[in-house]
Amino acid sequence: MRVFYLLKQGLLVLLLFSAFMVKAQTGSVSGKVLDETGQPLPGASLIVKGTTRSTSTDANGNFKLAGLANGPITIAASFIGYQTLEKAVNVPGAAALTFQLVPDAQKLNEVVVIGYGTAEKKNLTGSITTVGAKDFQKGTITTPEQLIQGKVAGVNIISSSGQPGVGSQIRIRGGASLNASNDPLIVIDGVPFSGKSIDNAPSPLSLINPNDIETFTVLKDANATAIYGSRASNGVILITTKKGGSGAPVINFSTNNSIATIAKKVDVLSADQIRTFVNANPTAAYDVGKTFVSLLGKANTDWQDEIFQNAFATDNNLSIAGKFHGVPYRVSAGYLDQQGLLITDRFNRATGAITVSPRLFTDHLKIDLSLKGTLTESHFANDNNNAIANAIQFDPTQSVTASNQFGNYFEWLRADGTLNPNAPRNPVAQVMLRDNNGNAARSFGNLRFDYSFHFLPELHANLNLGYDVSKGSGNIFVPAFAATSFSTNGSATQSLNTSNNKVSEFYLNYAKDVASIRSRFDVTAGYGYYDNAKTNYSFNEYSATGVLRTTPKFPFSVDRNKLLSYYGRLVYTLADKYILSGTMRADASSRFAEENRWGYFPSVGFTWRIIGENFLKESKAVSDLKLRLSYGETGNKDGDTVGDYSYLAKYYANSNTGQYQIGDTFYDYYAPSAYDPDLRWETTTTYNAGLDYGFFKGRIYGALDVYYKKTKDLLATVNIPVGTNFNNNLITNVGNMDVRGAEFSLNFAAIKTENVSWDFGFNAAYNKRKVTNLTLNPDPGSKQGAGDISGGTGITIKYNAVNQLPGAFFVYKQVYDGAGKPLEGVYEDSNADGVVNSSDQYFYKSPDPKITLGFNTAFSYKKWTISTVLRANLGNYVYDNVSSNFGIKNNILSAAGLINNAGIDFLNTNFTTSQYLSDYYVKNASFLKMDNLGLAYDAGKLFKNSNTNLRITANCQNVFVISNYKGVDPELTDGIDFKLYPRPRTYTLGLNVGF
Amino acid sequence: MKNSFKIILATTGLLLSLNACKKDALNLKPTNDVTADVVYATPAGYKQALVKLYATYSLTSPTGSDNSDIGGLNAGFADFFRLFWTSQELVTDEAICAWGDTGIPELDYATWNTDNQFLRGLYSKSILQITICNEFLRESTPEKLASRNITGADATAIQRYRAEARFLRAFQYWVLLDGFGNPPFVTEEDAIGKTNPKQIQRAALFAYVESELKAIEGDLADPRTNDYGRADKGADWSLLARLYLNAQVYTGTAKYTEAITYSTKVINAGYSLKANYKDLFLADNNLNNTENILTINYDGVKGTNYGGTTFLVNAAINADMSPASYGVPSGGWGGNRTRQNLPALFPDPNGTTDKRGIFFGTKSNVDDIGVFTDGLRVTKFKNVTSGGVTPASLNGTFSSLDFALFRLAEQYLIYGEAVMRGGSGGSTAQALTYVNNLRRRAYGNNSGDVSTLSVDFFLDERARELYWEAHRRTDLIRYGRFTGSTYLWPFKGGVKAGASLPAYRNLYPIPTADLIANPNLVQNTGY
Repeated sequence: MRVFYLLKQGLLVLLLFSAFMVKAQTGSVSGKVLDETGQPLPGASLIVKGTTRSTSTDANGNFKLAGLANGPITIAASFIGYQTLEKAVNVPGAAALTFQLVPDAQKLNEVVVIGYGTAEKKNLTGSITTVGAKDFQKGTITTPEQLIQGKVAGVNIISSSGQPGVGSQIRIRGGASLNASNDPLIVIDGVPFSGKSIDNAPSPLSLINPNDIETFTVLKDANATAIYGSRASNGVILITTKKGGSGAPVINFSTNNSIATIAKKVDVLSADQIRTFVNANPTAAYDVGKTFVSLLGKANTDWQDEIFQNAFATDNNLSIAGKFHGVPYRVSAGYLDQQGLLITDRFNRATGAITVSPRLFTDHLKIDLSLKGTLTESHFANDNNNAIANAIQFDPTQSVTASNQFGNYFEWLRADGTLNPNAPRNPVAQVMLRDNNGNAARSFGNLRFDYSFHFLPELHANLNLGYDVSKGSGNIFVPAFAATSFSTNGSATQSLNTSNNKVSEFYLNYAKDVASIRSRFDVTAGYGYYDNAKTNYSFNEYSATGVLRTTPKFPFSVDRNKLLSYYGRLVYTLADKYILSGTMRADASSRFAEENRWGYFPSVGFTWRIIGENFLKESKAVSDLKLRLSYGETGNKDGDTVGDYSYLAKYYANSNTGQYQIGDTFYDYYAPSAYDPDLRWETTTTYNAGLDYGFFKGRIYGALDVYYKKTKDLLATVNIPVGTNFNNNLITNVGNMDVRGAEFSLNFAAIKTENVSWDFGFNAAYNKRKVTNLTLNPDPGSKQGAGDISGGTGITIKYNAVNQLPGAFFVYKQVYDGAGKPLEGVYEDSNADGVVNSSDQYFYKSPDPKITLGFNTAFSYKKWTISTVLRANLGNYVYDNVSSNFGIKNNILSAAGLINNAGIDFLNTNFTTSQYLSDYYVKNASFLKMDNLGLAYDAGKLFKNSNTNLRITANCQNVFVISNYKGVDPELTDGIDFKLYPRPRTYTLGLNVGF
Repeated sequence: MKNSFKIILATTGLLLSLNACKKDALNLKPTNDVTADVVYATPAGYKQALVKLYATYSLTSPTGSDNSDIGGLNAGFADFFRLFWTSQELVTDEAICAWGDTGIPELDYATWNTDNQFLRGLYSKSILQITICNEFLRESTPEKLASRNITGADATAIQRYRAEARFLRAFQYWVLLDGFGNPPFVTEEDAIGKTNPKQIQRAALFAYVESELKAIEGDLADPRTNDYGRADKGADWSLLARLYLNAQVYTGTAKYTEAITYSTKVINAGYSLKANYKDLFLADNNLNNTENILTINYDGVKGTNYGGTTFLVNAAINADMSPASYGVPSGGWGGNRTRQNLPALFPDPNGTTDKRGIFFGTKSNVDDIGVFTDGLRVTKFKNVTSGGVTPASLNGTFSSLDFALFRLAEQYLIYGEAVMRGGSGGSTAQALTYVNNLRRRAYGNNSGDVSTLSVDFFLDERARELYWEAHRRTDLIRYGRFTGSTYLWPFKGGVKAGASLPAYRNLYPIPTADLIANPNLVQNTGY
């Protein structure tokens, strides 16, 4: 409703101003634009500075600007990849102008999007990195964030697993929070995403076609992000999608076809090794007279081979872009069909996008309409990765099939022929006898009006209305005979949720050069309103035979939050050298009580374009040098643990499995929730110092940044004094965390000739987070569980603890024998009190990498290009839960009356019982990965007189991993290696035709 | 030009004024949750709120077995009874657990440290139930009732609910008094918020529990007249009797006479022993049961969690013991069994002579804690009715067996022990009658009758009658045998042969987490 109201109002404003068109121009200027070799540059733009008058060159590089007001004017010529050139002329009477443009490797004049506006790269005041389509990761990329993996210093993107379409953990500068969200804000074409999940799709971002994306802009320091206020503490990623073209329709078709193979399996004992081991324990029995030897099978089954497959994928995209009756448009469609490594796993996606960008009233009114729609269909083979865990530990001496009542899949039975309830289930049966189908639909888009006032072209009014709606539905069926739920006759469940997010924003921007005082003012002030709602529907659950098992208490529930914002920015530039910028944002969130609702997030930055100083102006070597200093505050209120209604004193209803019997009646009731009425913003203060540099006309360029972030009032779930609330843990504002780091990037165009080019990109980041307080009464000994392991119940391995890295492992110090073999159950008595108990545990390492490195290079010779992307993490540690859980004798010879397999690490330890908390299992997982190796052949124009061009690519993703870590993959989102859906090695052949 | 500026201003103003409704726009409410005023709007609402007080000690969470309303502990561990049982049995000669979950081996050895997750869980859960009772008491004052137009018989009924809320609070304070000694202390006077609770000393807490139980006596229903599952005068007296029996430990002053007084009240209140001992621990123990005084109720479909009797039944058997015959076809977790001491108290471990000895297995010595079949399994609790029927269960694991927090047999034994310890108001002859009532049920005839009694006899007889019913630690402490080296059992003190424990371990520590969170708290001596 509000959106449409705003829309109406906005249109009204714009229509009103269109009435003020003034006509007083005469005279014209013409000329041509050439490249560095003197060849004409078609499509270069020319703009009369201080006005909206512009044009572009024709096929021969010629232009003409007519109807110009008399007097002196400055005309700027620009072209992508070239430095902008300005010339001053008088109207009328100017001779034909010739602009010869010089290539700009560093693209200092490129206009990049920033929060609520754009800026030329050279004038950026914050720590901002852009990555364009040319530099994206290549190959089979299903989700957008994967496009920039390893490309930006300080941005760590880890795909959660190898499942098709799966989401990624994105961390900019490590994340600033403990329990609230550490995800950056993602803004697509000015529309911020809500961060609420979409169920029955692999991930929310999997509903966005990467092929529609033009650029990523990553905002890192507070000067860049603070205008997004309360959602900016973890950085901001601005995604710009592709827009319309400039002339005749250009049709582009691309197809990528790939095969994914398992890159590495978990190293487990072979069937013969198990047989040898069991036979070596001939008397070992799980009960009187029942030996393990009698349980041995005769098969040689590699259970991982049984559940994994080579997976095919095809990704096809068609787009048409051009200008229709002067209106730029782009229409695109995509279809992806991707199998997963896990048998039966499948992800289908159809996407469509339309953008139209009419320009009215001689470009005074710019309208951008963008609509995107996606339908996905998934078959999820993956039931919480249980089949993967069981494939690791299932007895390799058993065959996959057997003649029985469980669908003829082998299962562990008891002596009486009934199912052993404590056995792992046959992993193949787990996948095959579970039918989980999900469908999701998403549509998002925005309509943006940017009006430059006729009587005051320096003033812009910008209205942006966006929406993002989605729906996910699914059903899961497990037949009654499936061993996984044999005792309950299988199950039939369904799910449905919808989300509805609305955005409306309005801002005014005034930009004015005042030549007399060599100053430029750029002022923005705006208002935003955001409404995010997700509705979860509840359904009856049935057994596979149709017997009703549980009924929900309520048909649905809505999680909704709103945000209301005012924001402003002032950028003052003196002499094109000194830039002072300040931003302010005021946010009010429905997640907090009225008294605490408003948060104010200021930032200020000073930028010195040293290159503009006289002593550097003429330098041949230095082409850019810029110093940036900034300070700012940002906020955080997001994340599932925070919830939408946590500040309210409320009672919640029991579920139908939580009733209580009094007399003969089972009663329903309400229970009070723990709550903190004073809940408020988590605030991060960031200090940043940066240096942008460029040498040799941008052949070498990059940036160096150092930062210090301090988060206070952490929204953390902490122990509160027991008896003060309806839980001993509460999400409240308590605690502090520090983040320190440095980032460095270097781009080097080593060779740039007509036939050969060789580019390098390198980035490095150091990041260290430290929890400094976790309690209302600061106490150095406090810690809060941050990650449990599999195996026992409730075994916590990771803690957030004072003076430690978040998620540090809390373990015993293993004692080794002379040969370096760990002694079972022997730990150091670190407090020397004569007893080894949990007081001797210590904090040892954390999953956070100390240093992350990215490297890419592309070498082109004529029509051939070979390129690669490498990434490395140093100092990240992993807890090897596969070995600690499965790699023990008591797991192989299981008291549950069965034989299991063990990880190969068992041969090192020979442990009998689990030693979960030994630091032996905390392993250095530093790694070097080659993400991508690609070869491209650009055939160029296929025929002499047509525009048809062709590009053929071959890619390999996940080429190799070098690491001392022996597990299946050293790169994990949570630092606990247990049942990772392995990331595949993917071979892709691609074809791109344009005409 | 001037006009157009006005238009800009006006329009901008209009756009911004769209926020006029912002105050309300940002006040969002959850779909299905409600406020206290809705919960307590009607007399029926008060009844439901009362049920919630009881549900708190049965369930891990109102929203099912996967959730927990205490933090920092796995939901499967987080119900009151499992935690209470663990604190009372696992640390003694009556039980031992095979699992390596954090904190369990240390409880097996009775060498827990100050952040043992189970002890912290018990402490947190007990105080949670107290906090919820306090909330009920705040919402049910005469003023609140009047403001909600609840009068007459409805108001009288709610007066009784209040007494029950105070009983449940007193019960949990007794749990804390017995286990932790000096816990934080909150009543209905302490609103929800951030004021750190003060610590109460053990003797003062004893006095508080005593005075509360006496103060509410008149408002509680007469014995055996209340709904099943709700506390009555019988429960009140039973807890007083238990409190007085242990007064010497709690305060340094013995109150055996009072223990006799109150156990006598219970004994004379119309309760009678159930004919077959084993039927007390079957899934239909809620029917025709004249022995149980107050139960925690469980249901395999409607009120489920992985603690309570689900834990008692499943943890005591493994897959090889035919879980279906214990009413848990998908269960059998293979954890708990007894050390050799308990079966040794019986004439035979097969239940042939004394039918109370309900054990499974052949190897009574525990050599390896991690081997479930080391030590006899206690199969006293079965999720099967006396007619052999298994109740409905959501997953073939959840049990519908109720657990008696108080039953008549305990009161017989309190009476006898208090008489032997010199309390007045009772007689040895009467004590002998009560004890032999229990033994005749156990033996099926008078062949097991005893003719003399002693203080020590009661420690063993309590073990035989009440084993695995969450009494053992309290009993051993009362007899001075829990710590020190007077009595050793396998793995006591972490040594297979058994080792002495320091006296400070008669109390559990205040959990480290709460010591840090609440600066008013001082750690118990010795930790």
